[in-house]
Amino acid sequence: MQSPRTGWGLLAPTLIILAITGLLPFLYVVYVGFFDWNPFAATKDMVFAGVNNYRRLVFDNDFLQSLGRTLVFAVCAVASELVLGFLLAQTLTKEFPGKTFFRTVFALPLMVAPIAVGATWRLLTMPGLGPLPYYLDKLFGLNYNIGIFSDQATLTLVLMDIWHWTPFVTLVFLAGLISLPKEPFEQAQVDGANRWQIFRYLTVPMLMPIILTTVFIRMMDALRIVDEAWMLTNGGPGTSTLFIGIHIWRIVFPKTDYGYGSAMSLLVLYLTIVLCWLLFVAITSARQHEVEGMRG
Amino acid sequence: MRRVPRNIGLTVLWIGVTILTLFPIYWLFVISARSRVELFEPQRLIQTTFFAENYIRPLSDRTFRGYIINSVIIATGNALLVTILAVAATYALSRYRLKGSSNIFFWTITNRMAPPAAFLLPLFLLYARVLKIGDWKMFDTHIGLILLYCVFNLPFAIWLLKSIMDGIPIELDEAARVDGATTRMVLFRIIIPLAAPGIAITAILSWVFAWNEYLFAATLTSVTARTITTGLAEFVTVTGTNWGEMAAVSVIALLPALLFLALVQKYIVIGLTFGAVK
Repeated sequence: MQSPRTGWGLLAPTLIILAITGLLPFLYVVYVGFFDWNPFAATKDMVFAGVNNYRRLVFDNDFLQSLGRTLVFAVCAVASELVLGFLLAQTLTKEFPGKTFFRTVFALPLMVAPIAVGATWRLLTMPGLGPLPYYLDKLFGLNYNIGIFSDQATLTLVLMDIWHWTPFVTLVFLAGLISLPKEPFEQAQVDGANRWQIFRYLTVPMLMPIILTTVFIRMMDALRIVDEAWMLTNGGPGTSTLFIGIHIWRIVFPKTDYGYGSAMSLLVLYLTIVLCWLLFVAITSARQHEVEGMRG
Repeated sequence: MRRVPRNIGLTVLWIGVTILTLFPIYWLFVISARSRVELFEPQRLIQTTFFAENYIRPLSDRTFRGYIINSVIIATGNALLVTILAVAATYALSRYRLKGSSNIFFWTITNRMAPPAAFLLPLFLLYARVLKIGDWKMFDTHIGLILLYCVFNLPFAIWLLKSIMDGIPIELDEAARVDGATTRMVLFRIIIPLAAPGIAITAILSWVFAWNEYLFAATLTSVTARTITTGLAEFVTVTGTNWGEMAAVSVIALLPALLFLALVQKYIVIGLTFGAVK
């Protein structure tokens, strides 16, 4: 084996850069979170405040509501993507004319900049400009205006997220479905299991690690949505789509409430990690079940 | 007898899916081709004229051309840096027995998990107040964003390349070493040529992710290093948005995606799942 010194030498630049761009800001956020600090307020200095910022957070309705609506958005979007992605992945396991072409084109939204996704959907949904409000009114008499109706704004953001990320879920599920062993399915058919039983007792359990990994990644990304919502609704109408990412941005930049913003950032980071950790535990136990199931 | 191809119903279904996928982007092109007069005709779904002014205006504007050039510099610089660092790092992680290397490997991904909004403030303060030499500060520089984008691109690149490195048989290294090859020779003559397709995909995806980034660019630049995504957002905040031009700029912003799509489509899943799913 080669000397570990060369190995560390090769690894060092990566570790240094990640320490500066990842670790350092994190430690700084932890530090500032314990202070009252608003450089444009009457007292410009940092004043040690202990856990005051965190105490404030627990009773901050704006923050809690923002957290709540981010969670609702993320759950609705990710759940829809899972169902749609699964169904579409199922169809892609079969052969049909034009499959390769469809699959490639379908992946296009994945590569588009989130900010451009927001812009695209804005052009689609703007009254007087986009075909969506026009044809919804013409065909169904539906008054569609995401600048006025909060429910429509949230729903449109969910639809946009579905458009943007279902391809990802589909491709991941497809990779998973292809890698499943064939024998159990053939055996089940011989034994006379119906489609629902095969789905419920074979596909879902065997695919569970991949399903959970996908939920993990998608939840992580959906919870931190900023760019698209910024462009499409900018938090409105009112505060109905003011997701936590935008909320933090507004506390930190226009309001320059640095201490409070830091505490909020850290709490959100902590909640995300807890959520991801729970999912991670679920993934590991699902993997274990799978291994045991194969042995059994 | 005429043969009906198998599963033709699925083709019909996927034609529908493709239309839904492409329609928003199609509409973007339509708006980008409309003059101010044609703009407010949402009922007309087909565009026959092309109002080139929407493209010419921003492209002949010096500030906006600067945004595009900045984006190209930053994305290219970042892709190169990330790829070089990730090749070195994954080679080390794959071939050397380093203490705690699995922990390091996991630590890299946690950098990608954090919500960017949580890091905006410390990065802003770090760039504007701490990292400065004399009058020069990291804020609003190309190098600032190039380094910063490593925080999300490096973890992804390491996860993608690690599985590729692990797939190269270690016997090849050993045989070369028996013949007297140095580490550098092993890396350049064996590992890099064999991992070349994976390295190319890593570079392309890093490039696209850096090109697409908005939030950090918007917060950590003001004039000299502003990117195309921030330029795009500026269209909306200004009173009286020129929708045609905004659409044209969006089209420019999504060109790389269109260009690289076919190349990386197969690998994007590995890239986005940190290699958890292949």
